[in-house]
Amino acid sequence: MTATTGLIAPPKGITAQGLRKSYGEKVVLDGIDIQVSEGTVFALLGPNGAGKTTTVQILTTLISRDGGEARVAGHDLDQEPDSVRESIGVTGQFAAVDGLLTAEENILLIADLLHLDKAEGKRRAAELLERFDLTEVAKKPASNFSGGMRRKLDLAMTLVGNPQVIFLDEPTTGLDPRSRRTMWEMIRGLVASGVTIFLTTQYLEEADQLADRIAVLDGGKIVAEGTADELKRRIPGGHIRLQFNDVQHMDAAVQRLALSTVTRDDESLSLQIPSDGSIPALRAVLDVLESSGIHAEALTVHTPDLDDVFLALTGQDRKTATTDDSATAVKETQR
Amino acid sequence: MSTNSYAVRDSMTMLRRNLKRAQRYPSMTISVVAMPLLMLLLFVYVFGGALGGGIDIPGVSGSGDRGDYINYVVPGILLMTMTASAVPTAVSVCSDMTEGIINRFRTMAISKASVLVGHVIGNVIQTVVALVVVLGVALAVGFRPNANVVEWVAAIGLLIFLAFALAWLSAAMGLGSDSVETASNAPMPLTFLPFLGSAVVTPDSMPTVLRWFAEYQPFTPMNETLRGLLMGTEIGNDAWIALAWLAGLSLLGYLWAKSSFNKEAKR
Repeated sequence: MTATTGLIAPPKGITAQGLRKSYGEKVVLDGIDIQVSEGTVFALLGPNGAGKTTTVQILTTLISRDGGEARVAGHDLDQEPDSVRESIGVTGQFAAVDGLLTAEENILLIADLLHLDKAEGKRRAAELLERFDLTEVAKKPASNFSGGMRRKLDLAMTLVGNPQVIFLDEPTTGLDPRSRRTMWEMIRGLVASGVTIFLTTQYLEEADQLADRIAVLDGGKIVAEGTADELKRRIPGGHIRLQFNDVQHMDAAVQRLALSTVTRDDESLSLQIPSDGSIPALRAVLDVLESSGIHAEALTVHTPDLDDVFLALTGQDRKTATTDDSATAVKETQR
Repeated sequence: MSTNSYAVRDSMTMLRRNLKRAQRYPSMTISVVAMPLLMLLLFVYVFGGALGGGIDIPGVSGSGDRGDYINYVVPGILLMTMTASAVPTAVSVCSDMTEGIINRFRTMAISKASVLVGHVIGNVIQTVVALVVVLGVALAVGFRPNANVVEWVAAIGLLIFLAFALAWLSAAMGLGSDSVETASNAPMPLTFLPFLGSAVVTPDSMPTVLRWFAEYQPFTPMNETLRGLLMGTEIGNDAWIALAWLAGLSLLGYLWAKSSFNKEAKR
């Protein structure tokens, strides 16, 4: 679809090469490349402090960069910063709403700053309040809103100008699971209307759910990029786990399966056999066990998910990472 | 491209926003009016009798009384109204910076200056409201200026010029503060600066070092000019010195605020 925009006109999505940024001695971005096709969702996934927000700040003209080139919506960041600003919408980590103004006044403020005429501003405001289910609280000050409502208002304000490219910097951080799902629905709605979305998140499920392409950012570098499936395939996280009652049967199983890649855990009396989890692979293992009369207590199949990708690529220890808040939150929201 | 042509329109939008905010959060306005009012009543009713007889009030021959002292102290109280009213600028600018809405403004194709201009003009308007209240109370408790229309216009003009200079300084302080608490404390020293001038007593009655400071600090010539305009005391060079200070402070505040604002977002 987007192939036609390739050669002549500059691509309308986002392109960046070799973005670098340091604060003093601390290198925050160490030369990252980004390519987001028009009308797609790109997720920048990474742990806290990986440089996600810095990337967004550079691409949205908030801060300068130390090196690299970037174009957003076909405009060069340096040469046409105002054209970039006219084409983008940004929803940051903290809802950028004016707490003392009402929901409606907040939207009208943005409409005024976009130089829409009064009637048009009113019309846009009514439309957006309706779309984001905020009509009932339109006349209430935003400081009384819940976190989820503030985000919705924030996103509504972002959309007043019909931006072609929308940056969502951790749009669901701090939201409860229900509000998170509502936000996802809204993001899907935006994609359907043809805008390009640049999303940052520390939630793997969010990237998996929403993004066409995912880049994993860690320590200022992109350590992996691809679709969710491609990323999952890169990580040998899939395995069959066999649980035994005694060491003898386990030893026998190790001998019979005769695979150098089998990992044994003597403490929990279990074996991990790398596998894609397909039925023929399972059958092969079961056949071996049955033909040699080995009793296994239980068999579980573990297929790789983005958790494995993330933890493997960002160099976090799995054990510590799963006790981490963000990882727990992901687990909680998984069905 | 469109940035400059929309500067006025964007500034008006920001001004409307700030006036709305001031309406919704009146405690800030009330507290900045309360301070000079308390000072006025304190100096008139508690110290007024003693000070009226104790200091050499210009324009009054011999020992003065409470009534003479009211006329002496009100111009200083008006200056204090200006300094106290500058505090909300620092607070509102800082809360904009820390609450994230500034990043929304910065990512829009609007006139960059409008954000600060909106705050500064909004604060000047707020200050004029405070000035009217304090002046009203001063007249009610016995302030009897002898100024004609031209002198009134000049006096009000001087005060508004001061409000403008202080609003820029305060905005710069707000930009330099990490938290709203710091921002509300930063302009505090300004509030009390008129005390160390000719606001409540004549510098002649002060010890040498303090008197030296009082004579050369910016609020003394402003105070003397204001007193001269309202009460008819001698102004002399003070008007020009005051105007020079005001121009200098405005420029300093403006440049300081501008350079802080243009610095990159932290982090």
